[in-house]
Amino acid sequence: MSDTNVVLKKRGLSDLAIKRLFILPTLVLLISIFVVFPLFWSLGMSFMDYSAVRPQVKGVNPKWIGNQNYKDVLLDPHIWKYFSLTLRFVIMAVAGEFLIGFGVALLLNRDFKAKGLITTLILLPMMMSMAVVGFFWKLLYNPGWGIINYILGLGEFVWLANPKMTLISITITDIWMWSPFTMLLALAGLSAIPKHLYEAAEIDRASWWFKFRRITLPLVSPLLLIALIFRTMEAFKMFDIAYVMTGGGPGTTTELIAINLYRLAFAQWNTGKASAFGYIVLIMIIAISNIYIKYLNKVKEM
Amino acid sequence: MPTVSQTSRRGRVAHWIIIIIVLVIMLIYLIPIYWVVTTSFKPFKAVTAIPPKVLFRPEITSYVKLFTKRSIVRSEEELVEKRASAKWYERRVLQQGQTITGMSPFPNRLFNSFISAIVSTIAAVALGTFTAYGFSRFKVKGEGDLLFLILSTRMLPPVVVTIPLFLMYRFLGLTDTRFGLILLYTLMNVSFVTWVMKGFIDEIPKEYEEAAMVDGYTRFEAFRKIVLPQAVTGIAATSVFCFIFAWNEYAFALIMTTRRAQTAPPFIPSQFGVGVVDWGMIAAGASIFLIPVAVFTFLLRKHLLRGVTFGAIRK
Repeated sequence: MSDTNVVLKKRGLSDLAIKRLFILPTLVLLISIFVVFPLFWSLGMSFMDYSAVRPQVKGVNPKWIGNQNYKDVLLDPHIWKYFSLTLRFVIMAVAGEFLIGFGVALLLNRDFKAKGLITTLILLPMMMSMAVVGFFWKLLYNPGWGIINYILGLGEFVWLANPKMTLISITITDIWMWSPFTMLLALAGLSAIPKHLYEAAEIDRASWWFKFRRITLPLVSPLLLIALIFRTMEAFKMFDIAYVMTGGGPGTTTELIAINLYRLAFAQWNTGKASAFGYIVLIMIIAISNIYIKYLNKVKEM
Repeated sequence: MPTVSQTSRRGRVAHWIIIIIVLVIMLIYLIPIYWVVTTSFKPFKAVTAIPPKVLFRPEITSYVKLFTKRSIVRSEEELVEKRASAKWYERRVLQQGQTITGMSPFPNRLFNSFISAIVSTIAAVALGTFTAYGFSRFKVKGEGDLLFLILSTRMLPPVVVTIPLFLMYRFLGLTDTRFGLILLYTLMNVSFVTWVMKGFIDEIPKEYEEAAMVDGYTRFEAFRKIVLPQAVTGIAATSVFCFIFAWNEYAFALIMTTRRAQTAPPFIPSQFGVGVVDWGMIAAGASIFLIPVAVFTFLLRKHLLRGVTFGAIRK
């Protein structure tokens, strides 16, 4: 044994060198460019009055203003309105995706011909570009000649330009796109449930509802929860679909947080305030993603 | 093995009813895609027809328009003169009184999308596979925290990260360059690759490499000749995922590119603002953009679950 060790050490790189060579480049690149640099820079700017498009003058642009930006963001009633708008969107979208995705998975959880093909076709929306999906649906929602009004017989019902319907329209699109995601996870959970549990319940003449509540639900719930947390986090960040479909309008009826942040940073060029706002959003996202990853690790060990 | 409920007659009827419901649900999911793809083949007037036209003679005028710049033909004589020498695709737009003057930016945008997605995929898969092997085979201090940190970079909202990155890119002259976009997409995907590939490599028994190393292979040779061939399926599936992520990406491209390096997702909606909206043309752009995604989804179908859960759940 000691002989082979000596030979190994002489030939090629040592394990320690390989380990460093394999891991460090990724870690250094990723953490320096994606974590350390943006976070520190943003943190600095969030305490400045700074606009990235105005000429830089020391002491004027950027100018240190302490926690004024944070105060501005947190005391701005509009931003709280955007938060509650986003919350409404998240609740509607995630609930819809959960119910429809789980429902379709329950229906699909049986043996039949072409099951694989049908499942893959239903999963197609999830793989598409959110921006492309956005203008897909703009076409479908058209009040005059859109297919949705035609199929549902709604005449010239206005979807996107209607302040009452516009958030719901975006939610419907999001549910169409992402309920397959919940379905995929639920289906994986359902197909992993041992059949003999149901057979045993069948012998005891258990009702459908009893089997669902006592066998199905507890055994799929870990995967459903993962789908739920992941979708919550993604819906909270929603930008692409909403921005393409409505750009935040009409008025501010679909001004979700990410859209407002984009506008603040890249249309109004209020870089300092946008950084502070970004930081607040970031802390919320980190909190949710923390729960997500912890939970993912737990399921992995099961 | 038939389950208890399926053997009974009532169970069989219920089974078929459910299959029919499933088919209807599938159709509902597919109608939007079907509608956009057919819209791209509709004649100009049929696109906005009321009630919507289901039957029509398909034509590819929208695709010709998508790839060309056009101007309006001014006089009858010019039209006749042009018609005499027109190629088949020129004749398509001549019917609407337009003449082709050059190429539109669309092919260039599509090309940008391809290059950014392919190069960033190669870079991310290479970097990430090495990292995954490192985490899978060696003891790393604080492994759990490091993996967590790696994945958390993917959870950040693009808009938040882009505010400082935009300033850095502007300072370095990387805005609106393909290299800048490729770098972003590589970083975006490398965390994904690390997680998913670690799952695949964990499944390859360590003993194979150890045996090879006893036979005189170096660690790197063992990695290259034993591990990589076994992980080929995993690498392929991960690459396809990365390609789709980069191909579909919108927010980074919208903020970081404006013209030369712009990809298709921000380009297609930007056409909404130019004069009268030509929905057929936009549908054509969307349809072309959809082709690789549809093909890859079918190739990936066995690995979708693994992909969307970052390798945590394996079937």
